[in-house]
Amino acid sequence: MKILVCISNVPDTTSKINFTEGDTKFDTNGVQFVINPNDEFGLTRAMWFKEKQGATVHVVNVGGPQTEPTIRKALAIGADEAIRVNAEPIDGFFVAQQLAEVVKNGAYDLIIAGRESIDYNGGMVPGMLATLLDMNFVNTCISLDVEGDTATAIREIDGGKEKISTSLPLVIGGQKGLVEESDLRIPNMRGIMMARKKALNVVEPVDATQATQDKKFEKPAAKGPVKLVDAGNVGELVDLLHNEAKVI
Amino acid sequence: MSVLVYTESLKGKFKKNAFEVASYAHKVAQDLGTTVTAVSFNAEDDASLGTYGVSKVLKVSDDSLTTFNAKAYADVLAQAAKAEDTKVIVLSSSADSKFLAPILSAKLSAGYVPNVVAAPESTSPFVVKRTAFSNKGFALTEITSDIKVIGVSSNAFGVVESNVSASVENFGPSLADDAFSVKSVEVDRVVGKATIADADIVVSGGRGLKGPENWGMVEELADVLGAATACSKPVSDMGWRPHSEHVGQTGKPVASNLYIAIGISGAIQHLAGINASKVKVVINNDPEAPFFKAADYGIVGDAFEVVPELIEKLKEFKAQNA
Repeated sequence: MKILVCISNVPDTTSKINFTEGDTKFDTNGVQFVINPNDEFGLTRAMWFKEKQGATVHVVNVGGPQTEPTIRKALAIGADEAIRVNAEPIDGFFVAQQLAEVVKNGAYDLIIAGRESIDYNGGMVPGMLATLLDMNFVNTCISLDVEGDTATAIREIDGGKEKISTSLPLVIGGQKGLVEESDLRIPNMRGIMMARKKALNVVEPVDATQATQDKKFEKPAAKGPVKLVDAGNVGELVDLLHNEAKVI
Repeated sequence: MSVLVYTESLKGKFKKNAFEVASYAHKVAQDLGTTVTAVSFNAEDDASLGTYGVSKVLKVSDDSLTTFNAKAYADVLAQAAKAEDTKVIVLSSSADSKFLAPILSAKLSAGYVPNVVAAPESTSPFVVKRTAFSNKGFALTEITSDIKVIGVSSNAFGVVESNVSASVENFGPSLADDAFSVKSVEVDRVVGKATIADADIVVSGGRGLKGPENWGMVEELADVLGAATACSKPVSDMGWRPHSEHVGQTGKPVASNLYIAIGISGAIQHLAGINASKVKVVINNDPEAPFFKAADYGIVGDAFEVVPELIEKLKEFKAQNA
């Protein structure tokens, strides 16, 4: 089985978000970038397929040269090879078209992406990619097993779970549950040394359509101070929620 | 040229988000000088959509579509969009809609913007406001493609009554076998309990509750309020509560009317995930907990004393207001 894991290079979850250039760009100043958490769960599941079922695992990122440390981290975790499509990921549809080209050229059986990236939260790349390639697709995937060409997945639905049966080639939008938080791997020195020797192939983008464009960003409005209720007078909270906030 | 809306239903009954997306579509249709056409799947009371501004319902009655199937449903919606010569399609932010929307968008080469929180800023150019950076910011996004797909955030635009009279037409899409190549084997859905996705009130517990054995009072508080239960990331990582309850940046977003956090300190990732909730209450024994800066109401105190007291007061309140 040949697996492609799609990774986004995103601000660390603890990042404070600021905008620059007249609020038209995300301010990367002082921001630490990481593998998108939803993608990292998928990458870790891919490592399981590599170790237990002999799968080959490649990772791909659509981004400029500045994303290479994040790609190297994926190699240090254990991916065999990496591809970087040398283009800014201007929107989800554009990225899906770039990835479709990579998948076509690499003849992958299973494409693992995250449910969404935690920066732009588009949540559209895996589904668009599957549709462009006429592959099967399961979103919000929290469990995945593959036997031969048959895949069994569980997806999270609102208020429950759904068990799904499908076949390869398959694209999933994964999230926590594919593996547990405690299964995530911190690259060790040997992994980091080996990652330096692994192939990181840079390919140029294909002509693709952009369908959306972010024009301006805003930060949430500043909030007023909290209204404190004395712990000995809990009834006042009920009163405030009913009469002032009008939410009960 | 009508605005097309995907109205979700479960066992024949429209979900609340169906009325929200219909309301949103009606606003867009007014801006564009057109009307709203809904697509319903095996729903019972199609004409009721008129109340929320739908002029025409394309009613799909098909036993093979009883259980949601993203690929097949996207196929149906794409056919409906062609039949109606639609330029704008509106759907919700449910797990099903977020599964289906990218498939539909790619089929139609449409630009898709999810998590939209307000009516379009303008329709020419077509610009919508959406959350970004996991609720740490907003983006004004222009959709430049001919066909536009909008995913409306839950509880943001709200339900608006317009009282249009809705005509109902049967719609028989043609589905190839390969539309069902991803098969649902089993659906395991909690019934009779509010879910984080659509609850008006969410009650959430954190590490301050010390252990899973102490969740009884969280559940009781949720019961009294008709609320969904949730938890912070450490709680789900330690296995005290299922992952499906984890709210925050890498878990589920919450956009409820009321969010009550018990024993949650308020890490930046958690606060991002619940930021879209309208009113936030924190109960924590540490007055320095960051959550107090993000909350509207707070009680500094021991959750094990405050929460049982709150349950009693709410029961009294409910008895008086019943």
